[in-house]
Amino acid sequence: MNRLCLMAAAAVIAAPAASFAADNTLTIGMTQSRTGALNVDSLAQQRGFDMWRDEVNAAGGIKVGDKRYKVQFALYDDQSQGSRVQQLYTRLIVQDKAQFLFSPYSSGLTATAAVISEQYGKLMIITGGAEPKTYELGNKYLFQIITPADHYLTGAVEALATKDPHAKVALVYSDDPFSKAVVQATRDQAKEAGFADVLDEAYPPSTTDFGPLVNKVISSGADALLGGGHYADGATLARQLYDQKANLKWVTLLVAPGDAKFATLGQAALGISVGSQWEEKATFKPQIGPTGAEFAKAFKAKFNEEADYHSASGYAGGLILQHAIEQAGSLDTDKVAAALNAMDITTFFGQCKFATDAKHHGLQVAHQMVLAQWQMKNGKLEREVIWPKAAATADILYPIR
Amino acid sequence: MSGLFASIIDGVLVGSVYGLAAMGLTLIWGVTDVVNLTHGSAIVAGMFGLYLLTSTGVPPYATLPLILVGGFLVGLLLYWICVHRVIGRPPLMSLLSTFSVNLVLIGLGTAVWGTALFNVPVALPSVSWQRYTFPGTHILAAVLTAAIAGCLYVFLHRTRLGKAIRAVANNRGAAELVGIPTTQVLSLAFGLGVALAGVSGMLIATLFPFTLLSGDAYQLKSFVVIVLGGLGNPTGALLGGIALGLVEGLSTPFMPVSWTLVIEFVLFVIVLIAYPNGLLAPRRA
Repeated sequence: MNRLCLMAAAAVIAAPAASFAADNTLTIGMTQSRTGALNVDSLAQQRGFDMWRDEVNAAGGIKVGDKRYKVQFALYDDQSQGSRVQQLYTRLIVQDKAQFLFSPYSSGLTATAAVISEQYGKLMIITGGAEPKTYELGNKYLFQIITPADHYLTGAVEALATKDPHAKVALVYSDDPFSKAVVQATRDQAKEAGFADVLDEAYPPSTTDFGPLVNKVISSGADALLGGGHYADGATLARQLYDQKANLKWVTLLVAPGDAKFATLGQAALGISVGSQWEEKATFKPQIGPTGAEFAKAFKAKFNEEADYHSASGYAGGLILQHAIEQAGSLDTDKVAAALNAMDITTFFGQCKFATDAKHHGLQVAHQMVLAQWQMKNGKLEREVIWPKAAATADILYPIR
Repeated sequence: MSGLFASIIDGVLVGSVYGLAAMGLTLIWGVTDVVNLTHGSAIVAGMFGLYLLTSTGVPPYATLPLILVGGFLVGLLLYWICVHRVIGRPPLMSLLSTFSVNLVLIGLGTAVWGTALFNVPVALPSVSWQRYTFPGTHILAAVLTAAIAGCLYVFLHRTRLGKAIRAVANNRGAAELVGIPTTQVLSLAFGLGVALAGVSGMLIATLFPFTLLSGDAYQLKSFVVIVLGGLGNPTGALLGGIALGLVEGLSTPFMPVSWTLVIEFVLFVIVLIAYPNGLLAPRRA
């Protein structure tokens, strides 16, 4: 009886709050990988979302016509699993009535979430899924903020070509959709640049010992290694290349060297480069939102941690959605989608424009990546932008060993 | 050809550490008849033990005895929490019990450390041969593994307590009849198994960076190793580990590395069908 009374009282208290929420707040749904293998990068992305939400709400909310809407998140832990993403994005739309969606982290989880969001006609901003295939399926409401996977190693190929136009290259990459999409494009780019492909091998994402593979790289006589996958495998590969003295002149890995913790590898990190969606030192002139330096400073003050490109893409995703809603003057999905289709804007994260043709709708076509390399500055490892030359903050370190 | 030779040597060095990890699992199975699904967590605990102790200034290899003792005490605790009540019950009960505790341990660990990567740099001179290098950490890990396996063999075959463990493993009822306190022996064996897993985790962490979730991969390898080496046979586990390392080393030069797992598990299934108790299974009453 007591329990019934409590439930009734809770319902009475909650009812006005719910109607208030419906009137004055905008609900954005997303999942975060709080547990599981994608925890690190997903947390960084989520912090970007959180910081954007807090700043928008502190400024009075998103302006839609004459009204202002505070932003609230409906958020669940997807455990880094596609099956959870499928359940939770359905729940976000059906039960939590999310008006817009942010993507989970990683290409695999994003592809799963995209099926649900399109099925229900919900607009989803994608900040953590680079694989381009998702945009080739006739989707109407997906919008990608980051550079697609096929350009992740473009800068590395161009930079390497300036140092050794006939380099012998080993492509060693994780057997996952994102990494395979990157390497599929890199294979052609390396061929066009005149490189010799001496090894082309995918490894299981769960690989913990790269010893035999590193011996294979040494046997191939490669000068350069391009590839990797995500954080754990990339960092392990970098350490074993160093421990086993692979003596490569050039190493570019995906994702892992973009994290500040990569420096804990010490000398094994020296010279390793990474295609980065954003670097604090990149100097874009934003039309909306903060500059890169302002964002990085505010992020550090809020979380006591350096911002990386995952957190920057999360924040930029919020900024782009906010701008589109304000341009549309409406919360209607089709009107906001139309504003995004027409958008061509520069934020601290770089330029943003979406493909509007039916075959690639929502694919990012304007954002450009930079190539960053771990270099020793005053006895300390720091990530410097080395490509493109116009954005470079340091000379290319070559050969790295 | 020299690449193949280098891969074989490296495979044997790393495989011996897999063997050490599997020794703990197979010892617990052999004595208690429990498939310990907290094994992966115990390996990760050893890794984090190394990380935390070295960050307070303890030299990497000086952490080994500390992790061995710590692992043993944690193992005793785990025995009384999740194993003792299900000893002698249907296997599913002990599987569920240890699986649940494993989930709790991983959940707590994720809350504290997340799944970020940790790296413990260990500087040891390496050995070079032609273009190939064998890191000193790999060589020392194999040497320490051999030493620990030797100590375990002597303990199990030459000491009164070790003989009691083997007696309980062989026939618990008969062991009780001759006055062996089987409950204490079971908890001791469990503690020893967890300590071995912890030490193997510590040695693995000197070779490779790790995350809180790394234990799953090594737990899976441990199952393959104990099937190859013989269920309940710690010495066989070392040989099984070396065999697994050899398979990895031998297959990689000739085929894509993504096939290595396939080969390992095909071997696993073949051995399970042909020798259900493993290649070097001890005789049990």
